Amino acid sequence: METIILFAPLVGALICGFGWKIIGESAAQWTATGLLFLSAFFSWIVFLSHDGVTESITVLRWIESGTLSTDWGIRLDRLTAIMLIVITTVSALVHLYSFGYMAHDDNFNEGESYRPRFFAYLSFFTFAMLMLVTSDNLIQMFFGWEGVGVASYLLIGFYYRKPSANAAAIKAFVVNRVGDFGFALGIFALYFLVDSVKFDDIFAAAPTLAETQLSFLWTEWNAANLVAFLLFIGAMGKSAQLFLHTWLPDAMEGPTPVSALIHAATMVTAGVFLVCRMSPVFEYAPETKTFIVYIGASTAFFAATVGLVQNDIKRVIAYSTCSQLGYMFVAAGVGVYSVAMFHLLTHAFFKAMLFLGAGSVIHGMHHEQDMRNYGGLRHKLPRTFWAMMIGTLAITGVGIPLLYLGFPVGFAGFVSKDAIIESAFAADAGYAFWMLVIAALMTSFYSWRLMFLTFYGKPRGDHHTHEHAHESPNVMTIPLAVLAVGAIFSGMVFYKPFFGSDESVGKFFGVLEASEHAEETDHAAGFTLIAPAYAAGEETDDHGEDGDHAAVSWPSEPGTGAIFKHPDNHVLHEAHGVPVWVKLSPFFAMLIGFGLAYQMYIRRPDWPAKLAENQRPLYEFLLNKWYFDEIYNFIFVRPAIGLGNLFWKRGDGNVIDGGINGLAMGIIPFFTRLAGRAQSGYMFTYVFWMVLGIALFLTWVTLSGSAE
Amino acid sequence: MLSADIQVVLPEMVLAIYAMIALLGAVYTVKDGAASLLVWITSGIFLVLALWIGASNGTHIAFGGTFVDDGFARFAKVVILISAAAILLMSEGYMSRHGLLRFEYPLLVALATVGMMVMVSAGDLMSLYMGLELQSLALYVVAALRRDSVKSTEAGLKYFVLGALSSGLLLYGASLTYGYAGTTVFSGIIEATRDGVSLGLLFGLVFMLAGFSFKVSAAPFHMWTPDVYEGSPTPVTAFFATAPKVAAMALFARVVHDAFGGVVGDWQQIVAFLSVVSMFLGAIAAIGQTNIKRLMAYSSIAHMGFALMGLAAGSAFGVQAMLIYMAIYVTMNVGTFAFILSMEKDGRVVTDIASLQMYSKREPLKALAMLVLMFSLAGVPPMVGFFGKFYVLRAAYEAGLGWLAVAGVVASVIGAFYYLRIVYYMYFGEDKEALDPGMSPVLWGFLMGSAVVMVVGVYNLFGIEPAAALAAASLVN
Repeated sequence: METIILFAPLVGALICGFGWKIIGESAAQWTATGLLFLSAFFSWIVFLSHDGVTESITVLRWIESGTLSTDWGIRLDRLTAIMLIVITTVSALVHLYSFGYMAHDDNFNEGESYRPRFFAYLSFFTFAMLMLVTSDNLIQMFFGWEGVGVASYLLIGFYYRKPSANAAAIKAFVVNRVGDFGFALGIFALYFLVDSVKFDDIFAAAPTLAETQLSFLWTEWNAANLVAFLLFIGAMGKSAQLFLHTWLPDAMEGPTPVSALIHAATMVTAGVFLVCRMSPVFEYAPETKTFIVYIGASTAFFAATVGLVQNDIKRVIAYSTCSQLGYMFVAAGVGVYSVAMFHLLTHAFFKAMLFLGAGSVIHGMHHEQDMRNYGGLRHKLPRTFWAMMIGTLAITGVGIPLLYLGFPVGFAGFVSKDAIIESAFAADAGYAFWMLVIAALMTSFYSWRLMFLTFYGKPRGDHHTHEHAHESPNVMTIPLAVLAVGAIFSGMVFYKPFFGSDESVGKFFGVLEASEHAEETDHAAGFTLIAPAYAAGEETDDHGEDGDHAAVSWPSEPGTGAIFKHPDNHVLHEAHGVPVWVKLSPFFAMLIGFGLAYQMYIRRPDWPAKLAENQRPLYEFLLNKWYFDEIYNFIFVRPAIGLGNLFWKRGDGNVIDGGINGLAMGIIPFFTRLAGRAQSGYMFTYVFWMVLGIALFLTWVTLSGSAE
Repeated sequence: MLSADIQVVLPEMVLAIYAMIALLGAVYTVKDGAASLLVWITSGIFLVLALWIGASNGTHIAFGGTFVDDGFARFAKVVILISAAAILLMSEGYMSRHGLLRFEYPLLVALATVGMMVMVSAGDLMSLYMGLELQSLALYVVAALRRDSVKSTEAGLKYFVLGALSSGLLLYGASLTYGYAGTTVFSGIIEATRDGVSLGLLFGLVFMLAGFSFKVSAAPFHMWTPDVYEGSPTPVTAFFATAPKVAAMALFARVVHDAFGGVVGDWQQIVAFLSVVSMFLGAIAAIGQTNIKRLMAYSSIAHMGFALMGLAAGSAFGVQAMLIYMAIYVTMNVGTFAFILSMEKDGRVVTDIASLQMYSKREPLKALAMLVLMFSLAGVPPMVGFFGKFYVLRAAYEAGLGWLAVAGVVASVIGAFYYLRIVYYMYFGEDKEALDPGMSPVLWGFLMGSAVVMVVGVYNLFGIEPAAALAAASLVN
């Protein structure tokens, strides 16, 4: 079954990409889509029936060279199972959605076939992503990692007639190379240290890594810290963290379904997945974890500030994605990997939905993407409006604070985001905590700003476009409805396994054997409605509550289950015991953001312009994304172009070509003529040369010979 | 004693006696009428002798050390005999078509071959000179075989006069060596150098090296080569380019190792110099040639430079590399000359390389064979020619002559130009008047066989590598 999940998308991609001329365009598209729904169906079966125990399935022997030996294997544990449902579900829905979205495209000429290509790329991407998450070793993972990179490149540049799309595709590829270089170095270092690339071997060796010193770049490093750091560089590139984030907003040049699938729900979360997957290594690398927390928090803050002022609807969501990825990294950095995965899961639903909703708006508005030209669309696009509303409620974190019915009550983002903020506080990461709370405020602001600008107020922009605005077809709205279910309920349903007690999380991720926590104190079931219980209650499952709040101890050696926690890491436990004001802070941040947005875009629509006028430098700073692109352009791109030109025109053109041509067309023929002239045909010339040779040799042996 | 000595030189004696009897017999009977038959018989005897020599083993010394039959000599003799037989067989058709097939021709070749066999077996300066002179005198005559052609007689005369000069240099060197070493036997000479070498002995060595360089046509003693190659009848040119080169190179190796193996440092620099000058001159001067025979002359100069590179290493591996190189070189040249022999237009011999324009269109298979041979001559992997170069470069490098190896690579890059130009003409040139189609089966066989060897030989070089190693081991201890 796992094999079918993995290979169905590949088969779909091959049939759709190469076979569409034979079976026809629409049959090819349906084949790819059908196979993905099959894959998604099986994924859910696997996820629901999975008991947390790691399974290994070997598909084939892959590389064997010296001690480097890797199988092409499937490692099925909880992390993989979570990623399987995220990837296949979103991908299947995006396939379906694309039937509507890609039906007509002005970027291609009449009669040109682009749809099978698009579907083939989507399926190929899904395959590569599945390969990444099912891998049981780093090499295969890297292969999938690069595979999704290629798919991303192809899909960002799908409108290959647009120069901006091509530029964005290249930018994404090149920026990712920087991260991949770190990732590759990390793999090399691990292979060097552990002599294996298999996860099992690496996990088992993780404790010794912490005590190993490694010399790299003229400095002694702690091996675990260095390896973790290098791997995180890779994660930063793929997950668009600060300094390597510049490609993600530009990637919005791709078709919107691509943005939803790759640049929101799946590929960009690969970095988070990598950190969680390698949790045994990261747990022994405290300095790197601190670094991750700082980078994640800074990204969340930075991206949110930029999101405040963007006008392109997709760019707003792109920065929002960037920001939410920062949240996930904070969670991973403080050591609550389950919470990082929790947010990854919920975010996949609501962010995919926001993107698809935005795509629906764009589709309805004839590919107009500037929000300043929207307005009042809720009557024209009612279903899209409600979908976007649910997505916004989810991302901003709307819920009922302090209410606990065995699970907190609220939209998906409310549950998972609050979990991260509480974990950050519990881990004493003050910087991260405040950054995330402020980011939550801004998230709320820009999300509502998007809603208000798009669906409320008076229609702006082209009168004609507004008149023809239309609701999208069912193939596009049905996926929205499915994702809406996830956006509403996934937080509440999965609260316990991801952010419950040490015990329930441990059980869910297969770290604890199911039998180990049999001694549950019986407790009256029922809904605990008030805060203290929520704050202090150590819920084990629906029926009971641990009296003494004692954290159930996880294994102190890595290797069991999907994630690992250092024996000294109690963040997951302590996150439940944070003060009430901490629990309330993201909620109030959300309310303030909403209030500000309501004030500025509903009640006084003239304020934003005035504010921008008053705070010109700040506004420009944010609008230009903190000038990252300009700085990179100045520091890296321009010198690189200069160097390239130097090598090309001076180095290659003048020196190499000039040298070779000069030699071949000037110097050698000169000698040829000389040799021809020496060959005079007269014997005395020949004799002359012979005598000259003898004289030379005689002189030589006289001067340098060994004779006494 | 004498019978044991004769036992050792029996192959040479058989060949010499055959040549003399056949000469007398033909003179008194049908004369040129027997020429064709004699070609076949001589070739047959060559092959039988090659088998005979190839099957024997051990080291035998005869006539007080003046004649040595060891693995090295046998390797060289087998190559000489087989290549001589091949050239004879190839030349028959050409010679009879152009009225050159005289009965003396195969017999002179046989006598030259006797000389070569004596050369490579020489263990004394006397036998060395005898063998060399026997070979040379026979070759002077065949160079001028086309008596009514000015070019052919000019070639013969030039070769004779310059050859006489080189023989004089060689003899002068030999007498100096004798004077300072007190003996002409190689084993005595090496004994004399044990406690230091005198300048007079080194002068003797230099003069002898000059004589050998003339025979292998190493620059700057190469000047005769293009003129003689061009002027001689093509089969004779083919012969010049193969067997005598092997013999002279083997003699070269024999003297520097057997007689002067104690002063490697003194001759190593000279040989390296000869090598590098030959490689560059062969590569550069050939670019200007339009006559394929002159081109092959420069090509052989360059190839001798590479073979000398192996010798310059001064090690057993260097000798092995040289032997492998020579065997491969001879094989390539047999195939190439088989093609050149077939180059005719309207029944007349053509030697201009421009006549090969678009040859691939009319004769795709032969053009392909030529392409393989040209690539192999240029040393393009994976043809066998590349491995020959690889061995000598490795030998030079391992002997600490890294600069020589680098120079060799540069020279082979320059030299690739004219081989590739032939290929270019055959495949991309302009379509002009065509060469005559058709080719005798013998020539066709040699061309194709040689080309196939260049490709198939990559597998294990037909086992010549261990054979050459054995031969080298018997020379250099």
